[in-house]
Amino acid sequence: MMTIAHKEPNYMGVFWWLLILTVLEIGVIYTPLTKMVIAILLVSLAISKAALVALYFMHLKFERVTLGVVALSPFILCVFLILMLLPDIFPR
Amino acid sequence: MSEVAAMHAGAEPQETPLTPESWGKLGMWLFLAGDAMTFGCLIVGYGILRYASTTWPVPAEVLGINLTALMTFLLIVSSVTMVLGLSATQQGDLPKFKKFMGLTILGGLIFLGLQAYEWTHLITETLPHHNLSFSKDLFATTFFVLTGFHGMHVTGGVIYNSCVLAAVTRGRYEAKHVEIAGLYWHFVDLVWILIFTFVYLL
Repeated sequence: MMTIAHKEPNYMGVFWWLLILTVLEIGVIYTPLTKMVIAILLVSLAISKAALVALYFMHLKFERVTLGVVALSPFILCVFLILMLLPDIFPR
Repeated sequence: MSEVAAMHAGAEPQETPLTPESWGKLGMWLFLAGDAMTFGCLIVGYGILRYASTTWPVPAEVLGINLTALMTFLLIVSSVTMVLGLSATQQGDLPKFKKFMGLTILGGLIFLGLQAYEWTHLITETLPHHNLSFSKDLFATTFFVLTGFHGMHVTGGVIYNSCVLAAVTRGRYEAKHVEIAGLYWHFVDLVWILIFTFVYLL
């Protein structure tokens, strides 16, 4: 089977980014912004952190597209689930 | 055995553009995708119930975030020690691998200890103080289901990592097995990053 060789990522660099983003997340909840802005910032920061873990620690950045498709497939289910449940929150 | 089967016995499947670098890795990714669907459903369910509820408490006020911020830090550090352990096995440095894998397992154990402390504190003091209970309030029930399901994954990860540490030490496992175990451990870290945001901070 073919092996894909790639340069080792800068793991400590990723660690510091994760730490900085976590500190930013905690800082955001104490800012005098509106709830909606805080929510958007928190979700963006969480997705950035999750992406860093998946791309560098789980080596998804260096893998074949197939594994990326497998990794993203649960999001399709989540979007579908949200769309199906929205009528429960906003009934006609 | 048929003639065709005998001819291909022990042969690798033919390589295609979809053939992964490692079948074991693909297997783990498929398992993790299924697991992510379960976590995704739990988190979306939590969000929908919260949004539809008029009496949902502010999580940061009930749960507190200092301890969970420390737990998040622990899991991030244990992910780093896991990749450093993988790097050590790829270089054939067994003592370094044992040190980093040991630290990863220790990180997981401390995380579980802190979660047990958090749960005990919540059940005996904080929830009664806010007139909430484990079985009667959606907030408490969804919180315990979600964090409990994740805690079970951390427990599984600690056991899995311990088995990998023993197998590599005995020379039965190599770097590719450590990488597959690492995928599971990083997934557990990734899910906690989302839980920390969606359950504790939002």
